[in-house]
Amino acid sequence: MIRVVIAELRKLRRPTLLLGTIATVGGLSALFTSIIFLMINSENGNSERGERVGPEELSQATGLVYGFRLVGVFLGIVALCIFASQTAQEYSLGTLRNLLVRQPSRMKILAGKFISMKIFALVMVLFAGALSILISFALAGRANVDTSAWTTSAAMELLFESTLNIFISTLCFGTFGMILGLLLRSPISAIAVGVLWNLILENILAALIKSTGKWLPGTNFSNLGEGGNPDLSYRHSIAVSLGYLIIGGAIAAVLFKRRDVAN
Amino acid sequence: MEKVAISASDLTKIYGERAALSHGNFVVPEGSICGFVGPNGSGKTTTIRMLLGLIAPSGGTATVLGESISHPEKYLPAVGAMIEGPAFYPALSGRENLKVLAELGGFPLSRVDELLAKVDLADRGGSKFKTYSLGMKQRLGIAAALLPNPKLLILDEPTNGLDPSGIQEVRGIIRDLADSGTTVFVSSHILSELEMICEYLVMLREGKVIFSGRTQELLSGQKPVIVAKPEYDVDLTNLAKKLTDSGFDISIVDGSLHIEAAQEASATINRMAFEAGITLASISVVLPTLEETFFEMTGDNK
Repeated sequence: MIRVVIAELRKLRRPTLLLGTIATVGGLSALFTSIIFLMINSENGNSERGERVGPEELSQATGLVYGFRLVGVFLGIVALCIFASQTAQEYSLGTLRNLLVRQPSRMKILAGKFISMKIFALVMVLFAGALSILISFALAGRANVDTSAWTTSAAMELLFESTLNIFISTLCFGTFGMILGLLLRSPISAIAVGVLWNLILENILAALIKSTGKWLPGTNFSNLGEGGNPDLSYRHSIAVSLGYLIIGGAIAAVLFKRRDVAN
Repeated sequence: MEKVAISASDLTKIYGERAALSHGNFVVPEGSICGFVGPNGSGKTTTIRMLLGLIAPSGGTATVLGESISHPEKYLPAVGAMIEGPAFYPALSGRENLKVLAELGGFPLSRVDELLAKVDLADRGGSKFKTYSLGMKQRLGIAAALLPNPKLLILDEPTNGLDPSGIQEVRGIIRDLADSGTTVFVSSHILSELEMICEYLVMLREGKVIFSGRTQELLSGQKPVIVAKPEYDVDLTNLAKKLTDSGFDISIVDGSLHIEAAQEASATINRMAFEAGITLASISVVLPTLEETFFEMTGDNK
């Protein structure tokens, strides 16, 4: 399986994908973090849904990871697209037959792909986090935010916790994308279905039938990145997310193992 | 007893109501070059995919290098294959594409440059696959198939898109491999190519194996044609009448008589012409080509 991971990482580190992803997550991270500090006095707000976050709140230990947490859900969507395209393209390009001739164990191929994409997602999250923190420190003075609480052990603990939560959330979105890639076998279809579902359809469903909100996959994946909230506990989101991913993953894995590779 | 590299016994694949391969029985002797021919849709690629463990048979059994196709992991490390044209990652270079497969199969990366040179892609190894011509893509596919230093090489239409010199190179590669003991199972639409290199043939028609054996056995089973050309054109109809009266099946093509008869009949024909006072400018025995035999056996002469 190590051989599969190494081979997959060679594909993932190709400049177009690696630099493209780094540029995308870097851009998102820089944009969200900058808005918080540069628009701190804006009457239109500087955070999610027009919320205003002032210097007092940002001066606390949580201020260090405020921007990073905001970008978390978007990292998930980027991961969803990458996991889905990297999986489905093996069918659309016809390269799966080459992989299976060189490594006939389909489960090893699947596991190797998943591990390599996990590594890729980790790099993506760490880069986004590091950039967000650098920008936060750089812009804090300009926004009159005191950063002394950002270097305390509590802030470091919070940083570790947030990174872990965002990584878990990103993995959930990515795994969701991989399942779609395996089921639909077309990168465009898998990405379109995944993005439409998470960014549009879930919101419509939750607006129409409020009680569905806490049971929808995207909502729970996002909630994991935020570390839970009073309306939706972290524990609930972990259970629901695992439920979706284990069932979906098992169906996709059985299909991948048994389906004829006829293209 | 001859050792076999591939053996299929009642191998069957059914899609819905249609049998892509029905009760296929054939063997490919070890160390041979075996051609795999049949019209489009006759089941060649389906058969190859079953042999490589990519699709599961609906019935029957087969072995590759002595192992059942239900355990492809036991024989695939010694098998090289190119199926239905080359499929690679367009954004990766030819070299990177080969490295992906080398890493996956656990082969030394040093083999990559060696093989790029072998298929004449050393200069373009660093270019992205999407910039390759069809011939270059095909050559990269052959290089990928050679990665494991295979005991068995399965090639599906390896000369597609290649120019005459490329075809000659592939023929050379196949012959070199066969000389070193590799079994080559190759499908191609260029039957004259197969006739030149294949000692064995497996022929399919509509999902059924209609011949499996030595190429020579197949060709010698066909009636040869004796071509006789009188010195003077005026003697053509006279000789034709004499031969027809003697029971020969003849036709006149481009000023020559084409007589379907056994090779030994040429002496009789020569004597009959002499006795009739006709001098033959030439008389020769023409064996049917693989292409003619193929069309006759498959009925695919469109």
